[in-house]
Amino acid sequence: MADLYRENILEHYQNPSNFGTIDAPDITYEDTNPLCGDRIRIDLRIADGKIAEIKFSGRGCAISQASASILTELVDGEDLDAVRELSAQDILDELAIPISPARVKCALLGLKVLKAGAYGITDWPETE
Amino acid sequence: MTHQTQSQHTFDSERVRADFPILGRTARGKRLAYLDSAASTQKPQQVIDAINSFYSESNANVHRGVYELSERSTELYDQARGTIARLINAPDKRQCIFVRNTTEAINLVANSWGRENLKAGDTIVLTMLEHHSNIVPWQVIAQQVGAKIEYVDIDDAGRLRMDQLRELLASGSVKVVATTQVSNTLGTITPLKEITSLAHDAGAIVVADAAQSVPHMQVDVQDLDVDFLAFSGHKMVGPMGIGVLYGKRDLLEAMPPYQTGGSMIREVHLDHTTWADLPEKFEAGTPSVADAVGIAVAADYLSEIGFASIREHEITLTNYALGQLREIPGMTLFGPDGEDRAGVVSFVIDGAHPHDIASILDGEGVAVRAGHHCAQPLMRRLDVTATARASFYIYNTEEDVDQLVSAVETVNSIFGRRAS
Ligand SMILES: Cc1ncc(COP(=O)(O)O)c(C=O)c1O
Repeated sequence: MADLYRENILEHYQNPSNFGTIDAPDITYEDTNPLCGDRIRIDLRIADGKIAEIKFSGRGCAISQASASILTELVDGEDLDAVRELSAQDILDELAIPISPARVKCALLGLKVLKAGAYGITDWPETE
Repeated sequence: MTHQTQSQHTFDSERVRADFPILGRTARGKRLAYLDSAASTQKPQQVIDAINSFYSESNANVHRGVYELSERSTELYDQARGTIARLINAPDKRQCIFVRNTTEAINLVANSWGRENLKAGDTIVLTMLEHHSNIVPWQVIAQQVGAKIEYVDIDDAGRLRMDQLRELLASGSVKVVATTQVSNTLGTITPLKEITSLAHDAGAIVVADAAQSVPHMQVDVQDLDVDFLAFSGHKMVGPMGIGVLYGKRDLLEAMPPYQTGGSMIREVHLDHTTWADLPEKFEAGTPSVADAVGIAVAADYLSEIGFASIREHEITLTNYALGQLREIPGMTLFGPDGEDRAGVVSFVIDGAHPHDIASILDGEGVAVRAGHHCAQPLMRRLDVTATARASFYIYNTEEDVDQLVSAVETVNSIFGRRAS
């Protein structure tokens, strides 16, 4: 289980990147993982079709919060269209820890919130 | 069946463990410490064999056949009901209705008794300790008839505010008090007999959620004078898919059926139907006979150990666990300290989310639950989003507790020190 809570996950959990909110964001969206009550909000500022600024806030387990933190680093400055292609597997690969089926939703909550806010896609990202 | 109420010998949990085949397996490569019996208990070989032997030797539909097998099946079903009646000291076995689980039993009461007896302006009293299954059915019926719901709060220790209950009852509009006998989250044992007496004085009936009490302590429906009582087989070493609703006879007889169709009728005409007597009136369709046989064997199994011994064993383990967990830095424990606490320990640790706690414990072979325990109003009342919960039963030992404590220390070594 030390595997699941590797240094980088704990680092992102305890010192998350891009944590906070944006005043008057272009896009803001919040959702919860009903299973365990994890809550994540993502604020975006868009300029020239790119993510000019991204902030997340919320509370929940280490997996959900670390995953959201990693997600913000991944997409900051990226083209919105490119971000649309980001898959569940991309996030799981990025986390690089063994996520059990019970915890997959924790890991994907950030991506779900981002896609719902940016593209109106409210389904859970599919895993193969 | 012997009906022991006194412990006659010291509790041999190793002998009990030997009856439960699943406890011999490993989890994540470690010894399994199963500490989630409040969610569902494991099953002894005796129960597994009884279900197996029903299907191998006695299976046929009940009531309808005149052939030998159907008679046999009907007789077993009937005997199972008798065993359950003895378990809770029901005056008559026909007052024990077989249902799927506690949830279905409460839905039956809320819909059948509720629809007939509740009207606009009436009050339904619930408590802050309730499981969703003793909240939502009442909310739905309250909306339909225009009744109001009030909640009895808890004090800081997690005990019911009996002063509030008295106040609510004094309004004169309370028709039903629906309360748990043991909280699945805090372990609080509520003073059910006192609640029943207060409610009756105010002209209200009492519906008891006994999902967490019947498996762990002697429950006597006549002594408690409770009007309805619900419990599940799967939390008392019996099978999933069967539960029991006990009700007072006059109430059950005056109630309309909950579900309708086969088995629950006396006569069906083209334009109307008359209902069967108790208990069939409330058992529409083919019942789960094998599971009824299973829950009866489970009841006998527990009675043979004796509920006084079971309770004593759980108190010992709970105190052993509380004593050690209390020493762990960052630990917050919930629930009352004292006689009125069952074998349930809910906790949170600073800096570690309950789901992370449960994942780390899982890695050490320790099965606990993390989440809202189907008690979201209680979570909000406690001002937490979730807790981790360990719950103890007859097959748990101090070794399970030691494994839990050492796994919780691992949580702190992963999260605790870094949080500073
Ligand atoms: C106190 C309490 N009430 C009701 C239930 C619901 O039981 P079931 O799911 O068997 O209907 C449970 C079990 O989770 C419980 O602990």
